[in-house]
Amino acid sequence: METTTRSSAIRDGLGVGLAVGLSGLAFGAAAVTAGLSVAQACVLSLFAFTGASQFALAGVVAGGGSLVAGAAGALLLGVRNSLYGLRLADLLGARGWRRFPVAQGVIDETTAVALAQPDEEAARTGFFVTFVSLYLTWNATTLLGAVGTSRVADPAVFGLDAVGPATFLAILWPRLTAKDPETRTLRAAAAGGVAVALAATPFVPPGVPVLLAAVPVLALVLRRPR
Amino acid sequence: MSVWQAVVAVCLGCYALKLAGLSAPRRVLDHPGVQRFSALVPVALLAALIAVQTFAHGQALELDWPRTAGLGAAVLALLLRAPFLLVLAAAAAVTALLRLAGL
Repeated sequence: METTTRSSAIRDGLGVGLAVGLSGLAFGAAAVTAGLSVAQACVLSLFAFTGASQFALAGVVAGGGSLVAGAAGALLLGVRNSLYGLRLADLLGARGWRRFPVAQGVIDETTAVALAQPDEEAARTGFFVTFVSLYLTWNATTLLGAVGTSRVADPAVFGLDAVGPATFLAILWPRLTAKDPETRTLRAAAAGGVAVALAATPFVPPGVPVLLAAVPVLALVLRRPR
Repeated sequence: MSVWQAVVAVCLGCYALKLAGLSAPRRVLDHPGVQRFSALVPVALLAALIAVQTFAHGQALELDWPRTAGLGAAVLALLLRAPFLLVLAAAAAVTALLRLAGL
């Protein structure tokens, strides 16, 4: 049983790492098309390593917008990683010096895979396998995409823009369909998050709607303290 | 601000944000309200991310039919209990084919 959950955590992690890592091609291409150098694109993937923030900065450079505002927008998108860290801190047991390397891996994909696992051991395995496979693929594909921009077609042609949302849906699915007393609350949190984010989209800068999805969760927690 | 300065600022800031959550003090992590909040918040954020990545383009809401159909294909694959990579392949393939068909 233990080896089964562990190997399924490894499979999940590798699948997400490789599939989402391919989007690094899109980032490398978008960054260089936007006017970033190959080195700047690679530095972002190596050190920022959080896709949404990286795309946001490239988008502002492309549009010729204010770089200060662009950097601020990218950081705003990164705030959700702080919220993930609150949940992962105990799960990963990353205290003391160990948290410095582990922190770099706290992003959407690793959190999603970790939380989809049935126990803590599998969650840790899922986190680290996703982190390592995604880090390697993301950086390799960023370089490929940045260097080969002229030869890489628009990623939308291959339907790669549907892969991101499909990934998160596939990861959340088991938790939202489980026969578990907690499922109703999770569904309420998910539905509330979707509603608030879509309603806010026209009115606030990109990045903020996803953060506002935390507001209905706050309401759920305050209403039903446990 | 030069592009390099913006790149370095984003790199340092994004890392600091990741570290901040992991480094929250014990008394914050042990608070029952915080535990309840942090258990639910990733689900809400990831669900919001699905919606925004599918239906938002910058600040505009848009219905991109190929992408929406791709997500529909993913739902169908999940209902049929398809393995993870097949779910992603179905989403990408349906989206790509509908774009190819000029929708």
